[in-house]
Amino acid sequence: MRPGLRTALFLAPATAWLLVMLVMPLVVVIVFSFGERGAAGGYVPAFTLDNYANLGARWTAFRNTLTLAPLGTVLCLLIAWPLAYFLALKADPRWRTVLLILVIVPFWTSLLIRSYAWIQILGGSGLPRIIADLGLGKPRLINTPFAVMVGIVYGYLPLMVFPIYVALEKLDRRLLEASGDLGSPPWRTVLQVTLPLSMAGVATGSMLVFILLMGEFLVPQILGGGKVFFVGNALVDLFLQSRNWPFGAAVAATLVAVMLVTVTLYMRAIRRLSGGRDDVALM
Amino acid sequence: MQSQPIAELRKVTKRYGAVTAASGLDLAILPGEFLSFLGPSGCGKTTALRMLAGFEEATEGEVLIDGQVVNGVPPHRRPVNMVFQQYALFPHLTVAQNVAYGLNQRRPKLPKAEVAAEVARALDMVRLPEFGDRRIWEMSGGQQQRVALARAIINRPKILLLDEPMAALDKKLRHDMQIELKSLQRELGITFVLVTHDQEEALSMSDRICIMDQGRIAQIATPEELYDRPQSRYVADFVGRSNFIPAKVTGHDGGLVVAEAAGALRVLARGDAALPPGAAITLSLRPEEITLATAQEGIEAEVTHRIFLGEHTEYHLKSPSLGTLVAVAPRASEARNGALAPGARVRLHWRDGAALALKDG
Repeated sequence: MRPGLRTALFLAPATAWLLVMLVMPLVVVIVFSFGERGAAGGYVPAFTLDNYANLGARWTAFRNTLTLAPLGTVLCLLIAWPLAYFLALKADPRWRTVLLILVIVPFWTSLLIRSYAWIQILGGSGLPRIIADLGLGKPRLINTPFAVMVGIVYGYLPLMVFPIYVALEKLDRRLLEASGDLGSPPWRTVLQVTLPLSMAGVATGSMLVFILLMGEFLVPQILGGGKVFFVGNALVDLFLQSRNWPFGAAVAATLVAVMLVTVTLYMRAIRRLSGGRDDVALM
Repeated sequence: MQSQPIAELRKVTKRYGAVTAASGLDLAILPGEFLSFLGPSGCGKTTALRMLAGFEEATEGEVLIDGQVVNGVPPHRRPVNMVFQQYALFPHLTVAQNVAYGLNQRRPKLPKAEVAAEVARALDMVRLPEFGDRRIWEMSGGQQQRVALARAIINRPKILLLDEPMAALDKKLRHDMQIELKSLQRELGITFVLVTHDQEEALSMSDRICIMDQGRIAQIATPEELYDRPQSRYVADFVGRSNFIPAKVTGHDGGLVVAEAAGALRVLARGDAALPPGAAITLSLRPEEITLATAQEGIEAEVTHRIFLGEHTEYHLKSPSLGTLVAVAPRASEARNGALAPGARVRLHWRDGAALALKDG
């Protein structure tokens, strides 16, 4: 068999998958986004830019997504980095595997169920009750951006921890010794050596979390109570409730475009930060 | 002349759980000297070096640098720097940033211009003047080694520690680096402490060598002394090569030990005048001390292998009385007298005092 043919055969399943599951739906979405809503909902072929002109009506959803998704990513990063650092470099090797499993364990239950659990914790008879009993005021936690943020960080933290852990785990320990040997106290070694050399993991983790957060709808739905609205929620609403498919398609297409731009900018920034190294794998 | 040691190990023992990596090390390192720890892997030489650097703490005993006990002092507060095995250069920094790293840790911070000037000087010294902007992975193994060296000397350490610095270089490059390292040491006047398992490396560069065996110091001496007067079979075997012949002391004659080997063979050997008659010893005889002749007198042997090595030829011999032996003939003398083929019958000679008497046990 010719090598070219063999390569083609190897790639065929993945190519077919991409065509059917990614390219075709995307084309459908883009075509729909220029169409009109039928009388009973759905799609009627047409060519109009009205759907895009109307995007301002969903501005709040875009604003929430574009602020809470990056913020959630940063919060995940701030919590995940020290945790990954501890797991990779400080934890007793005998316990490391157990601790790593503990990080994954929540994944064994659906995020839906776990988010419902947070309703109990953040709801009136949960944390706010305890705070009230301690005489520290009567805070409202559920159905706030705060609740959404808690849910997001809780749900996506492992996706951030693992890539950073992998990057730190394969870090040459002698580099840390060399830094100390040259006169750097341990905390400065973390900033000058450990952190820069974990950038590949930081980039991968941030990308995973950010992309998933841009399309998030479950956590805002459950913990935001419809008050903190993401683009994902707008889409669910447009496609399933009001059945305005063309407008939904326009919103979805815009979200994809926004994501493409932000992810590209982010990758450029990371490449510059890591000194232009080609071996900083991003995904 | 007695100068104050720059570093000392006093009865230093290092244990990892039940494993003893170094035991009862007693050693004074003199200012300006080039001292090597030599031994096979696992002999404790790296542990000794890492205790000087501060990466390992002595379980027992005291480590002193410049007259101060440094037990418990972290690496970043010790006036020593290290060239790591495989260099441990920072991959996210340029060559110049790597070299500047040590200076940039000083507080208060040094002016940028001063750091740049020092970096340029250090790169000059290791003959890499134009390479400051390069990335580490763009450098060859030999160049990386020079960068590691420049990075380690920029802080003017009291002692430069070198952990198998040439293990990753090919033979030719290693030889060049040895000469360069030695001249760099003379130029800087810094004390160098090298860890190596390569005896040639240790012999060619060191003022003194500390031979280690299973966590203990077997012998500390100059390279010549170690070669000529090893104190044990272990040292004689590790430094250079030797033939070992079991023997028994029968007396003393004019400063030499009279020994009897293989029943009837009388050998005059160098050795301890206090060895009592009747003591079991091992005679150590360097291969180059044995001359091969086809005459009638001498010890009978047969050539089993001839290995031509260029400047000299190695002969493997089988003697009915002494067993297997190795002799080395310089190419010049072999060319004069003619090569001996395997199977050739020869007679072995060596001068009185060529063999060294080593006490058994």
